[in-house]
Amino acid sequence: MLTAFLLFFPVAAALLLHFAKGNAARVMALGAALLEFAVAVFAAVSASTNMAPGNTQAAYSQFGVNLPWIASAGINFHIGMDGLSLLLVLLTTFLVPLIILASFRHDYPNASAFYALILFMQTGLIGVFVSLDAFLFYFFWEVALIPIYFLAGVWGSERRIAVTFKFFLYTIIGSLFMLAAFVYLYFQTGANGGVRSSDIAAFYNLTLSAGEQAWLFWLIFIAFAVKMPIFPFHTWQPDTYTESPVPATMLLSGIMLKMGIYGTLRWLLPVVPLGTSQWGKLVMILAVIGIIYGAIIAIRQQDMKRLIAYSSLSHVGLMAAGVFSLTFMGLQGAVIQMLAHGVNVVGMFFIGDIIQRRTGTRQIAELGGLTKHTPLLSVCFLVLLLGTVALPLTNGFVGEFLLLAGVYQYNPWLGAVAGVTIILAAVYLLRMFQRVMLGPETSFTSTIQDLTGSELAVLVPLIVLVFWIGLFPNTFLRISEPAVLQIITQIAKP
Amino acid sequence: MTSIILLSVLGIVNLFFGFLKSNKILLPAAMVILALVFGVNLIDWNADAQSYFNNMLTIDRYSVAFTGIVVLTTLLLIPFSEKYVRDGQENLAEYYSLLLFSLVGAIMMVSYDNLLMLFVGIEILSVSMYVVAGSDKRNVRSNEAALKYFLMGSFATGILLFGIALVYGATGTFQLTQINAGIVNPANASLQPMLYIGMLLMFIGISFKVSAAPFHYWTPDVYEGTPTFFTAFMSTVVKTAGFAGFFKLLMAAFFAAKGFWVPTIMAITILTLLIGNVGAVAQTSIKRMLAYSSISHAGYLFIGLVAVNGKLSANAIFFYSLAYSIATVAAFAVLKLVSDQRQREDYASFNGLAKTNPLLAFVMTVAMLSLAGIPLTGGFFGKFFTFGAAIDRGYIGLVVFAVVMSMVSIYYYLRPIIAMYMQPAEDETVAPIQVSGFQSAVLVLLALLTVLLGVLPGLFSEVFK
Repeated sequence: MLTAFLLFFPVAAALLLHFAKGNAARVMALGAALLEFAVAVFAAVSASTNMAPGNTQAAYSQFGVNLPWIASAGINFHIGMDGLSLLLVLLTTFLVPLIILASFRHDYPNASAFYALILFMQTGLIGVFVSLDAFLFYFFWEVALIPIYFLAGVWGSERRIAVTFKFFLYTIIGSLFMLAAFVYLYFQTGANGGVRSSDIAAFYNLTLSAGEQAWLFWLIFIAFAVKMPIFPFHTWQPDTYTESPVPATMLLSGIMLKMGIYGTLRWLLPVVPLGTSQWGKLVMILAVIGIIYGAIIAIRQQDMKRLIAYSSLSHVGLMAAGVFSLTFMGLQGAVIQMLAHGVNVVGMFFIGDIIQRRTGTRQIAELGGLTKHTPLLSVCFLVLLLGTVALPLTNGFVGEFLLLAGVYQYNPWLGAVAGVTIILAAVYLLRMFQRVMLGPETSFTSTIQDLTGSELAVLVPLIVLVFWIGLFPNTFLRISEPAVLQIITQIAKP
Repeated sequence: MTSIILLSVLGIVNLFFGFLKSNKILLPAAMVILALVFGVNLIDWNADAQSYFNNMLTIDRYSVAFTGIVVLTTLLLIPFSEKYVRDGQENLAEYYSLLLFSLVGAIMMVSYDNLLMLFVGIEILSVSMYVVAGSDKRNVRSNEAALKYFLMGSFATGILLFGIALVYGATGTFQLTQINAGIVNPANASLQPMLYIGMLLMFIGISFKVSAAPFHYWTPDVYEGTPTFFTAFMSTVVKTAGFAGFFKLLMAAFFAAKGFWVPTIMAITILTLLIGNVGAVAQTSIKRMLAYSSISHAGYLFIGLVAVNGKLSANAIFFYSLAYSIATVAAFAVLKLVSDQRQREDYASFNGLAKTNPLLAFVMTVAMLSLAGIPLTGGFFGKFFTFGAAIDRGYIGLVVFAVVMSMVSIYYYLRPIIAMYMQPAEDETVAPIQVSGFQSAVLVLLALLTVLLGVLPGLFSEVFK
C-alpha cells in the first residue's frame, strides 16, 4: 500500500493545487513533495532489512499491490518495489522537492499549473519505477511524457515550440515500437494454451526463439535509447535541455533519463536475453561512441547549459555501456551512477541557472571572476563539478569506477576507450570552472550576489549526497545488490 | 425496439414544439427525449434477444450497446447547438427532429438481421444528413456540401442496393445467417462470381458512408461546408452506426467468404489510414483536419474488421467507437464555440486559448490526446484493443503500418495544443469565448469520460461476453 500511496499522492496533490494561486501553489507543492519524500524514506528504511546482500527473497514485490485492471485480458494493476525501484523512487522523491525549491526564484506565469505539472510528472516517473505489468509500465512511461511536454513547451525559451515538438515526436515514436513489442509478447504468453498475461513474471518466463528476440530487442531498445539518450538517438536532447525552463531540464536530466536505464535493466535485458547477447556488442560500441562524442562536443560549447547537456550525454553513454557489459560490477555501477548523476546534474543545472539569473547570460566567454563575490557559490559549484569529474571520495568516482571495471571486464579495449571520458570530463568541466569562476571580472559579473538561504537549502542536500555516496556507497549498493543479482540470474537463464 | 418507437413518436411531438413562439423550450425538450431514450434503451440490456418484423430486426446486447453510443453522443452534442437557440433559428425544431429520426436509422443499422433493414436504416440516416448538411441556407459552402453529399450519397446508395440485389441473387435470401449458409451451400457454387461482385458493391456503398478511402473524396468538403454542429454528428453517429452495421454484416453474413473479403478490406484499411493521416497533415483548417482525422479513424476501426476476431473484435470496435465519439464530440464542441465567436476555423484561431479559456483549451487537449492515442485517455485503449485483436490473428505487418500512421497523426493532433498553449493570441485584445455554465459542465463531463475510459478501460472493454 505504501507504493500505491507514493504513486497517487503527487497526482492528488496536483489536483488540489488547482485551487491555489501564486505563492500558495509553490508552497503547497513543496509541502506535498516533502511529505512524499518522507514516505519514501520510511519505505526504504522499513524495507532495508529485507534488502540485505545475499537475500534473494527480496523480490520486486515489496509493498506490492496486485489488482485486476483489465481483468478479462489478464492485465493487472501490479506495482511493487525491489531494491532497484526503491533507489530510483528515493532519487525521484528526493529531487522533486529540490527542483520545486530551485524554481522559487523564478516568477512563472500560471504557477499553480506549473507546479501541478511537476507533481503530475512525479506520479508518472514513480509509476515507471514501480510497475510490474508491461502495459502499466507503458502507461506510466507515456504519462510521464505529457507534463514534461507542457512544462518545456509552455514555459521554455524562444525556440521551445519546434524543440519540444521534436522531443515529443522522438520519444513517442520510440515508445510506440516498445508497445508493439509488448503486445506481441503479451500474445506469446497466451500461446500453447497458456493464459494471456502482461505480468512481468509471465514475460520473464517466456521462451522465445533467437530470431524473435533479435527484432524484439530493437523494438524495445529504441524506446529506451531515445529516452536516455544513446548515440545516435540523442539529437533531441541538447536542444530540449537548453530550451526548457530549468525545473524541466532538471526533471529531464535528473530523473527522466534514468527511465531509459531502468527500463533496460528491468524490461529489456531479462525479457530478451538472447537478443541482448546478439546485439549487445553493437549497443556497447554505440554507447562508447556516445561517450567520446558527447565529451568532445562539450569541450567546444560556449553556453553553460548546453555544455552540461552534452556532458550528460557523455555520462549516460557510460551508464549504458556498464549496463550492457552484463557484469555484476557494471550493473551495480549503473545503479549507483544513476543516483550520482541525478544529484550532480541537477546541482550543475541549478548553478548554471543561478549564474544566468544574476548576470543575465550563460555564455562562458562573457563570465569570469565570480569567486571573488561568491565564495559559497564557488565552493558548491566546485564540489558538484568534482563529483561529475569523478574525483575519488565523491559520488561520481564510485559509479565510474564500477562502470569502467564492468566495461573492462567485458572488453578491455572498450574499457580503455570509455576510460577517456574521465579525462575529457575533467577538460571541459575544469575549463568551464576556470573561465566562469576565475580570471578577470567582466561587466556582467562585477555586481553578483552570493547564494541566498533558499538556494543553499537546495545545494546543501545535494552536496551532502555527493559525499555520502562517495564515502559510504554501501548504504545504497547493498539495497540494489539482491535486485541486480536477480536480474543477472534471469539474463543467464538458458 | 422501444427506443425506435420512442424516437419516432417523440420526434413528431418535437416538431409540434416548433409551433410555440419560444425557441427556449426546444433544447431542453430534445435533451429530455434523448435522455429518456438512452435510459429506456438500457433496460433491454439484461433482457433476452428479441426479434421483430419476421426476424428482420433483432434487439440484443450488440444493438443495445451501439444504440447507447449513438444516443449518448447525440445527447452530449446537443447542448452545443445553443447558439441556434439564441439566434432564434426558425427551423430549430425541424433540425432536432431530423436528428431524432436519423437516430432511428442508426439504431436500425446496428440491429438489422435482414439486408433490407440495413438499407432502410442507412437511407433514413442519410436523408436526414443530406438535409442538415445544407441547413445553412444562405451559405454557399453549405449548399455545395449538401449537393455534393446528396449526389455522391445517392450513387453510393444505388451501388449498395445493387450489391444487395446481387447477394440476394447468389444466395436467395436477405437474412444474414441464411446468407452465410447460402455461401457454403455447394448448390450455389456456380453463383460465386455474382456473390463476390455483390459483396464488393456492398462494401463500396458502406465504405462511402463511413468515409473510407478510396470513397472518401466527399468527406473534407462536406465536413467543411456543413455547419459544425452537424459535422460533429456526422463524424460520430454515422460512423459508429456504419461500423457496427458493417461488422455485423461481415461476421454474420459473409463470414464463410472470409478468404475473399479479408484482402479487400485490408487494402481499404491501408489506403484509408494512409490518406486520412497524410491528408490531415497538410490541412490549415482545424475543421478539415478533423475531417481527415475522421477518415483515419475509419482506418483504425477497419483493423477491427480485418481481424474478424469474434468477441474480441466486437469489443474492440465498441470501445473504439465510444472513445472516438466522445473525443470527437469534445473536439467539435470546442471548435464550434471558437468558430462561432471568432468566425474562423484555422489553427491560428486557437492561439492563446489557454489564457483566455483554460477550460476549453484543456478539454480540447484531452480530446486531441485521445484521438492521437496517448495513454491516460480512452483513445489509447481503443487502439490497444483493435491492434490487439489484429495481432491475435497474426496481422503484425498491418498493425506496424497502423502504428507508423498513428505516429504521423501525432503531428497534426499536437498542432491545436501548440496553438492553444504555446502561441500568444494574435490580437491581445481578443475577448474570451463565451461559454455557458451548462456547456462547461458538459465539456468537463466529456473530458472526464475520456480519462475514465483511459484509466479504467475494464469498465467498457468487455461488453460482449
